[in-house]
Amino acid sequence: MLEIRGLTAAVDGKPILHGIDLAVPTGEVHAIMGPNGSGKSTLSYVLAGRDGYEVTGGSATFDGEDLLAMAPEARAAAGLFLAFQYPVELPGVGNANFLRTALNALRRARGEAELDAVQFLKLARVEAKRLSMPDDMLKRNVNVGFSGGEKKRNEVLQMAILRPRLAILDETDSGLDIDALRIVADGVNALRSPQSSALVITHYQRLLDHIVPDRVHVLAGGRIVRSGGPELARVLEEGGYASVVADAA
Amino acid sequence: MSHAADPLAPVHAVTQTPYKWGFTTDIEMDMAPKGLNPDIIRLISARKNEPEWLLDWRLKAFALWQAMTAPEWAHLHHPPIDYQDLHYYAAPRKQAGPARLEDVDPELLATYEKLGIPLKERAILAGVEPAEGERAPVAVDAVFDSVSVATTFRATLAKAGVIFCPISEAVREHPELVRKYLGSVVPQGDNFYAALNSAVFTDGSFVYVPPGVRCPMELSTYFRINARNTGQFERTLIIADAGSYVSYLEGCTAPQRDENQLHAAVVELIALDDAQIKYSTVQNWYPGDAEGRGGIYNFVTKRGACRGARSKISWTQVETGSAITWKYPSCILAGDESVGEFYSVAVTTNRQQADTGTKMIHIGRNTRSTIVSKGISAGRSDNTYRGLVRIMPKAAGARNHTQCDSLLIGDRCGAHTVPYIESRNPTAKVEHEATTSKIAEDQLFYCRQRGLSEEDAVNLIVNGFCKEVLKELPMEFAVEAQKLLAVSLEGSVG
Repeated sequence: MLEIRGLTAAVDGKPILHGIDLAVPTGEVHAIMGPNGSGKSTLSYVLAGRDGYEVTGGSATFDGEDLLAMAPEARAAAGLFLAFQYPVELPGVGNANFLRTALNALRRARGEAELDAVQFLKLARVEAKRLSMPDDMLKRNVNVGFSGGEKKRNEVLQMAILRPRLAILDETDSGLDIDALRIVADGVNALRSPQSSALVITHYQRLLDHIVPDRVHVLAGGRIVRSGGPELARVLEEGGYASVVADAA
Repeated sequence: MSHAADPLAPVHAVTQTPYKWGFTTDIEMDMAPKGLNPDIIRLISARKNEPEWLLDWRLKAFALWQAMTAPEWAHLHHPPIDYQDLHYYAAPRKQAGPARLEDVDPELLATYEKLGIPLKERAILAGVEPAEGERAPVAVDAVFDSVSVATTFRATLAKAGVIFCPISEAVREHPELVRKYLGSVVPQGDNFYAALNSAVFTDGSFVYVPPGVRCPMELSTYFRINARNTGQFERTLIIADAGSYVSYLEGCTAPQRDENQLHAAVVELIALDDAQIKYSTVQNWYPGDAEGRGGIYNFVTKRGACRGARSKISWTQVETGSAITWKYPSCILAGDESVGEFYSVAVTTNRQQADTGTKMIHIGRNTRSTIVSKGISAGRSDNTYRGLVRIMPKAAGARNHTQCDSLLIGDRCGAHTVPYIESRNPTAKVEHEATTSKIAEDQLFYCRQRGLSEEDAVNLIVNGFCKEVLKELPMEFAVEAQKLLAVSLEGSVG
């Protein structure tokens, strides 16, 4: 589904990614772990198409299409979703209105019929309940006045409603207490299917206790220095990044 | 992906959409020669069969105006206006006296049809009355250049005792009301533009709602400047007698022309005891092109007097048009416990300039006022909020809350907030909050990542920013206003 080859990227002229090779097949969940400053967030922004994250070489394809040539909204329409590490506030924009506008934009792009307000609310309430989110969170303005945990749950709610084919979760676990972590993990697991994939970016191993990945990759210094099965996360937990990074170097 | 040096590049494209209402109507016009002098004023007065007192009133205004100079304190820049190079009277030739809808030139009706906003007005102007119970109808007064061309639903209104007619007709039919109230809120010598208007105003709407009557429908006036080198000087006078209620809507457009056109209107509102007036404007005069050529100079004096106890006047405006807007809809809160409100969205793009705000003058005890101003600047435009809150010595317990927010789109535009607060009563409470923000790159990216196009993202963010004001508009008008915001900002991103 996602094929990255020799990807290099820079921010403000400063090289951050130094040649990433990564393939996430359909139906698999891969984890990317790495120390601070290793390029994890840069990778997620480059894949989602954020301005200012300049691709300097290599390629990334999504279902064989050139992902890097697509506008951010076209990537979204193709089925790519990024759960933000720092979800953005939109003052005055109701959460339900935002989500329905987004869902209908995606449905339009895919040639599907749009949902009216009633149909949408029905769907949104079911998903919100599944994530233990009170209904009033749909009425509040997007992320405005949300606690850190609420923001992250709101990202997972959006993911549940938009049903992406490839979800990229950028440190969705950071700042969550253990209960919130479980709810978020349940939300992600509920979306696992043979047709969809996920790339879970995390600093800590604990999220991977709840979302068990098919593969784990270690990102350090803008390169993937090691890949392995789920057990690699536990090696990291015990020996720290230093051991793995040193081995690779 | 785009690697533009400017991450806000998406925000710059929203302003290049052509003005959609810029057509002209080819119609035979009766025009006064260019220039302004007592003879022109006599000619206007004669064409309108006015009584002697009104001619005298106009001539007095003209004398005052001649001794005045245009105000220069606003944050606005334009070349000097040659007031002798304008026509002060232009009327569709067939129109003599009040018109019934059937008598209206089909060319004119076609023009209003083409304008398209508000849709319900177009339907009604075309003579289609909504089915019984379908929705509350709207009565419309249409003003084309200087003359009112059609007023609808007059019979229904008359049954309720409401007078809604062109002011020129009110002068003839209801002289006692016009004489009593005309100039009582905005005197002839109030300011340069008001004096000019008082000298040369040619038409506008007149509304009188009798005691205890809730006006059975929304009243609406549609203003259209068509002729070249003309000014439009309409005069609106609305009187809500004790315990009455009226909601009034105003819409405006003009053709696209290379030269600047002058619009200097005066609106006076009077609310007696327990009366309420809600006045909503969607102003979409031609704003000029991307380089700042052409467009309407909109120099307007709007003021309401809450004369009665517990009366209320509420101004809501969505200002997207005009090359220059100079406008401060104000409330004089004379009656005890009277309430003044001002809700404003002002959008400037390209080279547009707006200096707009309000004045709340608290005179009576326990008077309250609320000001919510949302300024949106894009392109190379300048947007100023200028507001005065004055608490007079006898206004014990007066309260004001002011919220002023500015949203910048791009980095070549300006937003300015100029609040003046004068409190002469120690028991008064005045609060002022102001914020300035930019449509942030991260907000746009967040929306686009969820599948929204750039323009939809900007619209969503702008509408969110304006929500507190838009919800004050009558519902169908709010929908039109949202569309207008979208069109005005189209292309300012990108």
